Parts: sequence; C-alpha cells; structure tokens
Amino acid sequence: MSFKSFIDNFHSKVIEKNSMVLTAGILAVVSIGGIIEIAPLFYLDSTIEEVEGVRPYSPLELMGRDIYIREGCYNCHSQMIRPLRDEVERYGHYSLAAESMYDHPFQWGSKRTGPDLARLGGKYSDEWHRDHMRDPRSVVPESVMPPYARLEHNPLEFEGVVGPRMAALRVVGVPYSDEMIAEAEADLRGQLDPYSDRYEVLGERYHGAPLRDFDGNPDVISELDALIAYMQILGTMVDFSTYEPEAAENLR
Amino acid sequence: MADNHDESRERDDHSGVETTGHEWDGIKELDNPLPRWWLWILYASVVWAVVYMVFMPAIPGLPGLGDHTRGITDNSERRNVAEAVAELEASRAGYFEQLQQAGSIDAIESDPDLLGFAMAAGRSAFGDNCATCHGAGAQGFVGYPNLNDDVWLWGGTFEDIQHTLRVGIRSEHRDTRYSQMPAFGRDELLSREEINQVTDYVLTLSGREPETLASAEAGAEIFVNQCSACHMEDGTGDRFQGAPNLTDADWLYGGERAQIINTIWRGPYGVMPSWEGRLDDQTITALAAYVYFLGGGESDAFIEAAQLNQD
Repeated sequence: MSFKSFIDNFHSKVIEKNSMVLTAGILAVVSIGGIIEIAPLFYLDSTIEEVEGVRPYSPLELMGRDIYIREGCYNCHSQMIRPLRDEVERYGHYSLAAESMYDHPFQWGSKRTGPDLARLGGKYSDEWHRDHMRDPRSVVPESVMPPYARLEHNPLEFEGVVGPRMAALRVVGVPYSDEMIAEAEADLRGQLDPYSDRYEVLGERYHGAPLRDFDGNPDVISELDALIAYMQILGTMVDFSTYEPEAAENLR
Repeated sequence: MADNHDESRERDDHSGVETTGHEWDGIKELDNPLPRWWLWILYASVVWAVVYMVFMPAIPGLPGLGDHTRGITDNSERRNVAEAVAELEASRAGYFEQLQQAGSIDAIESDPDLLGFAMAAGRSAFGDNCATCHGAGAQGFVGYPNLNDDVWLWGGTFEDIQHTLRVGIRSEHRDTRYSQMPAFGRDELLSREEINQVTDYVLTLSGREPETLASAEAGAEIFVNQCSACHMEDGTGDRFQGAPNLTDADWLYGGERAQIINTIWRGPYGVMPSWEGRLDDQTITALAAYVYFLGGGESDAFIEAAQLNQD
C-alpha cells in the first residue's frame, strides 16, 4: 500500500466515518493557532511592565468594581487608552498592562459609546459623579447614558461578601494577605470615614486610596460610595515619574 | 492539486467532474478544484506572513531566551506614539513658548496670532477636561459655575484663573483653595425655622420679596451671627474665602427659595480637581487665557478701578 493510498484510506475510512475522531482532529488543528498566540503569555515576564505603585483594590474599590461590572458599564465604556497620538492627547498616558494586572477580568473593552475611563480617577469631583449618576443630563446635556439614581439608595451588601471575594482573587494571583482579607470589612468602613483610626493601616495596605465619604451621605454605606471610590482610583496608581516608557524593556 | 488527472478515478456523468471516490449510501463527492483567485490569496497571505515576521516584531521568545524578536524594522507602537506626540508638541512649541514668555494677559491680547493660538489650544483643552462640569459652552450648571459671566468666586484675573486651575478648589492639592460652609440644617446648627428666616433675609439682599417682613428681620440677626464672617455683613461675599456675593442675580446652587434653603441646610462643598500634574503648565496657561476671554476676565485696570471705588 502506497503512502498516498494509506492517507486516502485513513481520511475516508477513519476520520470521515468517526465523528469523534473528526472532532478531536478539528480541535487539535484549530488550537495550534491559539496555543502559539496564548501560551507564551503564561511564561513571558515582559508582557507586564515593571512599575511602581500598582496595588490590589481596597475592599471598597473592589465592591465598586463589582458594581461597575454588574451594571454593565463596560458595554459603553472602555478602560484602555491605546498608544495612538490622539488618544494620548485626549486621555493621557496610554494604558499599561501593569495597570490591570490585578483586574480579574480586565475591563479594557473596545466599545466606546461613552468616553474611555482608564484615567478617570481624580478628573472630576465626587459631587460631579453623584450628580452624573443621578441624572447624567444635568451635567452633560448631550449624554445618552441612563441614570443610575438608585445606587445611592441601595445599601452596599458587603458583609460576608467582600472577604471571600478577596480570597477568591488571591487564588488567581492578587496578593491579598490574610490580614487584608480578615479585616476587609473594617477597612471598607474605614475608607469611608476621613476621621477613621484606620488611616495608617489603609495608607499602608492600599497606598493612595482616598479616605472620605463618597456619596455625600455619611449615614449610609451605599453602592454609590463603592462605585465612586472605584472610579476615583482609575488610572491613578502608576507612578509615572519612575516609569521609563522609552526603555527597551517597555517598548512594544 | 486537482490538475493531476487520475484516469482511474470515476467521473460524474452529469457535470463531467472527477469524484473523490468516496461514497456514502450512493452519494458521491465531486472533486472540484479550488478557485484560482482563492488559492492565490492564500499563497500571498503565506508569503506576507513570512515577510511580516522578518520585518516586524512577531515571534515570542522561549522561556529564558529574551522576550520576542524585534524584526528588521524594530517597530514599536509605543515608540511611534512617543515620536508622534513629540512631533505634535514641537509643532506647537514656538507658540507655547511665546505664551509662557508673554507673562501678562495684555501681552497675549496685543498679539493676534498668539491670541488665536491661545484660544484654540484653550478651547481644545477645555472641551477635553472642563466641559464635563462647566458645560460645552462654559455656561455652567447648578453647582458648577458659569465661566462666561463676570462673577468670580475666587478671583477673575489671568493670574487668579491660572492659580485656580493649578491648585483646584477643595482638591487634594496641598495649596488648594479652601473654605467650607457649615451644613446648618443637617448638622443642626440652625433650626428649620431659623433657616427659613435667614433664607427670607437672603432673598431681600438681592431685592426680592421675603415671605414675611418679620421673618426677614429675624433672619437679618441670624445672618450677622452666622453668615457675615464669610459673606460679609452686606452680603457681598469675600473672594479670599471664595464666599459668593449674595446680592446679585447669580446663584451657584440656584436662587429659588427652596434652593437657597437646601444650600443652607446641606452646606455645599463643591470640589474642583487640581490640574497641576494632569495638565502641563503650557496647557494651563492657554486654558486660563481661554477662560479669561470667555467674557468675564478681570484686567489689572479693572481691579485697580474697583479698588479705587472701594477706597
């Protein structure tokens, strides 16, 4: 039996007549491209830049991020400034991989019905965010964003929730310590109180996390508190004074 | 390819095309050749992929062997954008330098080219960064000042505006402009009745009718005790503390009776972020010039005249 007829035979008698063999064959062939593209990302250290300042989210910010995801903000907002002149002009320094290394899942996106939010932190006041969430058109008349007025009335359900979520994130590589997880709820409350005795602990654990009441109502820990805390930290963590974008290891 | 005629293979009677010889319950498969245009695109793509890998960064390194191939061109999107931004900055550098050296608003105003540049650069920065709160036309909203008029909480000279842009208002900048109105109602410094009374008095300051004269009179006393330290006894405000003038027709948080009550109740705490660090000095200068020329900027001559008036 010649080689050609062996192949022909294998093709028509084995592969085409056994659907499971065919399926396995398709999977093997199709996955080659994926493996070549994805596998190196697991061992290449250079995909994530070495930067100063990026830290895991504080418990309050983490809860805010979950609300961001729950409300589907990513459907209209990206968090990814591309290395293009006009984007850098408008939004600031292009996003680094390091900035989302503790994001699971990341919120890069490519859909921009609204503006990119990668460097939103500190750009507007808390009060603006409150007004904007209550009624986006009260401050941006041309906006098509739906109002999220209920967030300031929804109490934040974090008790018994935020700790386990941090523990889950630790499994996928976010460096939360045992104390951070154990004291998550106290830290969350502490971040909302500018006179909190956790000032120093929070400063050490979550460097640069703003300590204040975000939703303008100190009596209630609302979902809006968490969401604004999260938005006010976006894109502010990297210390760009120590980052060298032109260094060979940072060029892509 | 299907050109290699295999005489042993069966031909389909109807179409005259060879079959593959496979048969399923009497159904036979024709062995048509692939369309030429499709094949050539496939070959071209393969060639392109090889050329691309030679010229562009393409192949990731293996563990322990560097990061990835750089290709002959050593192309880097990040370097490209840095160059594009540098080029853009260089194209504006001349004007920006003039703007920085001009120093005073009069010098900017007297040079039409420079003025045009400052306005264009300012407008674009305004649209990106300021319009979100102050409105696309700088018309402001309730709680966010209108920048077109001549009402200034913290001063309206070119230098004042630059300073406000740099340090912000109640921002996290350590030199930020700062003052705080107490939340008279929420923190129970005044009763509901007293807030009503002082609201009536505040209404009379801008020549409007109080609910009752008696109420306004009672409010006058509260005003002197609680409000005059910042808003001044005559209600004209104090720019040093960012305390608004209450005798004019402009109201940051609304001038309706209910809005004034609400303002006194909660003690607003409007925040403007500091832009030092986020925007460079040149952009802040251009922005300040733009805001100045929106209509309300106060020239040195104006300030001098105002001071003479006061003396």
